[in-house]
Amino acid sequence: MAGIDLKELTKKQNPLTEGHRMCPGCGAPTAVRQALMAVEDPVVVVGATGCLEVSTTVYPYSAWRVPFMHVAFENAGAGISGVEAAHRVLSRKGVAREKIKFVAFGGDGGTYDIGLQSLSGALERGHDFTYICYNNQGYMNTGAQRSSATPISANATTSPAGSVIPGKLQRAKNLTEIVTAHDIPYVAQTTLHDPMDLIAKVKRAVETPGPAFVNVLVPCPLFWKIDSADQMKVCKLAAESRFWPVYEVTEGKHVLSYKPKNPVPLEDFLRVQGRYSHLFKKGRERMDLVAQGQADVDREWERLLKKCAG
Amino acid sequence: MLNKRKEMTSGNLAFAEAMRQVNPDVVAAYPITPSTEIPVKFAEFVANGMVDSEYVAVESEHSAITACVGASVSGARVMTASSANGVALMHEIFPIAASFRAPIIFGLVNRSLGAPVNIHCDHSDSMPERDSGWIQIYCEDAQEVYDSVLLAVRLAEHEDVLTPVFVCQDGFITSHCYEPVELLSDEAVKKFVGERKAKYPLLDVDNPVSYGSFTMSEYYFEIKRTQIEGMNNVPRVYKDLTKELAEYTGREYPALDAYRAEDAEYLIVIMSSATGVVKDVVDEMRERGIKAGCLRVRFFRPFPAEELKKLAKGKKGVAVLDRSASIGGTAPLAAEVKSALYGLSKRVPLQEYLFGLGGRDLYPRDAEKVFSGLMENDYSDTARYIGLLEKDEENGGN
Repeated sequence: MAGIDLKELTKKQNPLTEGHRMCPGCGAPTAVRQALMAVEDPVVVVGATGCLEVSTTVYPYSAWRVPFMHVAFENAGAGISGVEAAHRVLSRKGVAREKIKFVAFGGDGGTYDIGLQSLSGALERGHDFTYICYNNQGYMNTGAQRSSATPISANATTSPAGSVIPGKLQRAKNLTEIVTAHDIPYVAQTTLHDPMDLIAKVKRAVETPGPAFVNVLVPCPLFWKIDSADQMKVCKLAAESRFWPVYEVTEGKHVLSYKPKNPVPLEDFLRVQGRYSHLFKKGRERMDLVAQGQADVDREWERLLKKCAG
Repeated sequence: MLNKRKEMTSGNLAFAEAMRQVNPDVVAAYPITPSTEIPVKFAEFVANGMVDSEYVAVESEHSAITACVGASVSGARVMTASSANGVALMHEIFPIAASFRAPIIFGLVNRSLGAPVNIHCDHSDSMPERDSGWIQIYCEDAQEVYDSVLLAVRLAEHEDVLTPVFVCQDGFITSHCYEPVELLSDEAVKKFVGERKAKYPLLDVDNPVSYGSFTMSEYYFEIKRTQIEGMNNVPRVYKDLTKELAEYTGREYPALDAYRAEDAEYLIVIMSSATGVVKDVVDEMRERGIKAGCLRVRFFRPFPAEELKKLAKGKKGVAVLDRSASIGGTAPLAAEVKSALYGLSKRVPLQEYLFGLGGRDLYPRDAEKVFSGLMENDYSDTARYIGLLEKDEENGGN
């Protein structure tokens, strides 16, 4: 990646200190660290209610070395709108520094679900900010409930895999494309499969004037039921299986950032996660649902390729 | 500089004109009847380059107040307006704004809460916010709205207070009726309100702070206590401010507006625009030799309990007229008045009334009837209704 010297970046102070209270293996702090690594200007962060917010701001401490504001769950988009608007006036008046970047972090609950309206409004108004959704595909702060980002067949506490119903019955919402439909300058989707990818995408997002959105798939070891050490391995499988395509949309143009040379079957991604274990229970396998999931992945991939070609 | 001008204007437009003169850094607002004129007028000021403000035309009231909070903690001077269901939608964020000590100035144009949908005035939108930690000022007329905006800016931003303010006015009755209002020169307003100097602005990237932390039971209580202390400082700070503004305007506004109350035997306690009717009736009764008086509660938060206690002491009868109900309990104003009078060694007879819901007018005959009831020692254990369609003698229907 041009313009990014990883060796230099590792010397940079992390905006998030050590000692925060996120779980071992959680993808969110990894995403925050990588996201803000290559941002050169000072950053102000707004967070939606969620694991990241509660675990980094346990009063009287704060894990944030940069200014941080959390208002509520459904309104990170509106909160950062107000901060950015204030900056426009106060920098004109010489009260605030001219160059400040604004980055919002929300989980999928605060972004796909309860915060969607607030995000949509902020995108439409064209504020100069970057919204990063750390997407672990459910409500983890309250204990693994399903969200509209939860994939079909996943076992969540409000879509439990029971003897009659095999986990979540609905497909996940495609938020990246919903955001793309806002016709904003920069949209990207990625995961933690390759640090350079997220670092570069957020750098691009932040440096693009106007609104930008990055959807980062991050594992929650408690919900996904994976070993804490396997964070990156699972993310790699998400990308390799094309379950989570890695791409960006610049000025409306879709470009694939990563095309797996030898895509692995979706089953490989599902089998390593306990949240799908009910599909593989001996004698009660639901390979029909695995096949259905694979068909969904294939169809979505073809759709994306068409967008990239067109 | 004291170049005053008088204009025929409305409560909404007086509020908007005060906004133009205050020239806030950020206004984030969403339209709702009857406060819509305020953001519409302000958007016009922005479009015509008459202010330096950023106008954020958000997609909901919830986002309006959230953007206001974000801008306010960033160090900006922030104003907005709303009514009724818009206020209700913002409810979640009001205590957060207060706890952040974000000195937002809020034009609350009182309107009844649905259902049924009704666009006219009562206080059912602002009263549920009485425990949100905001200062609440209720204005009688457009002049008071204008003056109160200027006072509210200084009060909210005062270091010992740092608390957001609702400047309330009655929907349509005050917000849309035209009356002569005396306006200060832009220069005078600028001098009075000055510039906001935020103490811990979010935009100070060299001294990063975190807003909206997570606290368990170890600290939550202490943080609430600091808000209570800030609110307790309001009367002291406000007393000086209203005197200071009076040097420009000649008008002073006490927290409790006492009208012929000191030597009165019978008192009506009321709020906002309906006070005018009561004051007229007081004058008429005085002409007839009846010692009637009126107390208008201008500050509902902080509530002027001491002043009220002093003025109600020894009266033969007090009637409290509420413009919103607390269904299943005592209406908000009556509850405050009763609580304030609890400390009196000799109980003052008190009758509660409910009036004006959904914009129903209060007529002079209604106020007269209330005074008559006090004079005839006619009290009931439950609140009576004023002006109900049903003729219910026991409940004071007429």
